[in-house]
Amino acid sequence: MRPGALFIAAALLCGPSLAEEAVTVAVASNFKTTAAHIASQFRQETGLAVRLSSGSTGKLYAQVVNGAPFDVFLAADAERPLLLERAGRAVADSRFTYAIGSLVLYSSTVGDCLAALHDPDAGYVAIANPDTAPYGAAAQQYLAKSGLLDQVAPRLVYGENIAQTWQFAYTGNAVVAIVARAQLRAAPGAPACSSDVPAGDHDPLEQQAVLLDEPNEAAGAFLAFLRSAVAREIIERDGYEVPE
Amino acid sequence: MSLYGPLWLSAQLAAVTTVILILLGTPLSWWLARTSTRWKPLVQAIVDMPIVLPPTVLGFYLLILLGPRGAIGSWWVSLTDSALTFSFAGLVIASCVYSLPFAVQPMQNAFEDLPERVLERAWTLGASKLDAFFSVAVPLSMRGFVSAAVLSFAHTLGEFGVVLMVGGNIPGETRVVSIAIYDHVESLDYAAAHRLSLLLLVFAFAVLFAMFALNQRWSRR
Repeated sequence: MRPGALFIAAALLCGPSLAEEAVTVAVASNFKTTAAHIASQFRQETGLAVRLSSGSTGKLYAQVVNGAPFDVFLAADAERPLLLERAGRAVADSRFTYAIGSLVLYSSTVGDCLAALHDPDAGYVAIANPDTAPYGAAAQQYLAKSGLLDQVAPRLVYGENIAQTWQFAYTGNAVVAIVARAQLRAAPGAPACSSDVPAGDHDPLEQQAVLLDEPNEAAGAFLAFLRSAVAREIIERDGYEVPE
Repeated sequence: MSLYGPLWLSAQLAAVTTVILILLGTPLSWWLARTSTRWKPLVQAIVDMPIVLPPTVLGFYLLILLGPRGAIGSWWVSLTDSALTFSFAGLVIASCVYSLPFAVQPMQNAFEDLPERVLERAWTLGASKLDAFFSVAVPLSMRGFVSAAVLSFAHTLGEFGVVLMVGGNIPGETRVVSIAIYDHVESLDYAAAHRLSLLLLVFAFAVLFAMFALNQRWSRR
């Protein structure tokens, strides 16, 4: 055997051993950076590694239903964790609200986000896909409630998830994006404008966590840590509310 | 938007892209087939890059370039007052970049296979270079043109990653069939996803089968 082939064979044999005791977490895009902070804190305290996979809640849900090997699901809504619980894919009574999100208007190009939203000629408005991303559904509710939906509809572009939605505005391709407040804290550079969307203008963005079948001990420990004072402080610092 | 709207949009996008690629690709592949300049490997590498690059790389650069602050995008905004990203025109540009090698390679191969003496004979009979090209080279290279058109069309129809990054998922404008299928799967509407996917599967098979069957007949001649 040539040395190259030998090396590849050795690498293949060694590969699986990397997957030692670890928690695999499917996390909604908006909570990814916060989850990473919590994960590194968790690792410091317990020595257990956490692997994060992020995406839209709808996609992650579909992956879980189809057998993706996740231990924990941090969704951006309450609906899909409930569906998983009912379908027997989640551990009963493990479900809880770990964060309550809020929406902000964000722009990297104009100084007045609200004015850009009201001006039919201002340019594209980015929201997350309402069919698959809870923050997109909330953004749509806000537009409808404030009577802007008809005017904004022809200017809407849909991010595949809340991260891409933010990125559409960050690159200047959309003039305003309706994103998660937590994203602004994590984003590079100061926004040209940002403005809070009133929480009463959309259904509450309750983000729920659930323990998936069959749980390992480390996964349970991670969920317990998510309720701890340390984690709550990180969650609040990143722009979410935490239920009592 | 009906279930088949995105399919129609994809077909339009693929048709427009194919026409543009044949028009632009023909002189480019003719030049590539016949040049002996030392710049040829450079040009060839640039043309073929989309085969190797992940669509996310193309999508990322196109998002920047075509955006209202990008080099091409800002020029387009000053010309038409609208942005290129999230528009059908933007998708056409993206698809032309993405499918360029699939148009150039078959045509270039066909041109390279042309015997030099056939062209020379046309010239000595008094045909101009352009005349010789259209009345001798084009008919003899028909197989290359057909392959180029079929591959450009099919490859554009199958485009996903680039559109996901620069399209913005607007019904009737940029929600092409691959994106629509992705959405249906994500929102657990498997029935709709199945219907569109099956159509694409049958189409892809039919197109490739027809092309290979045609190739076989041609090579037997």
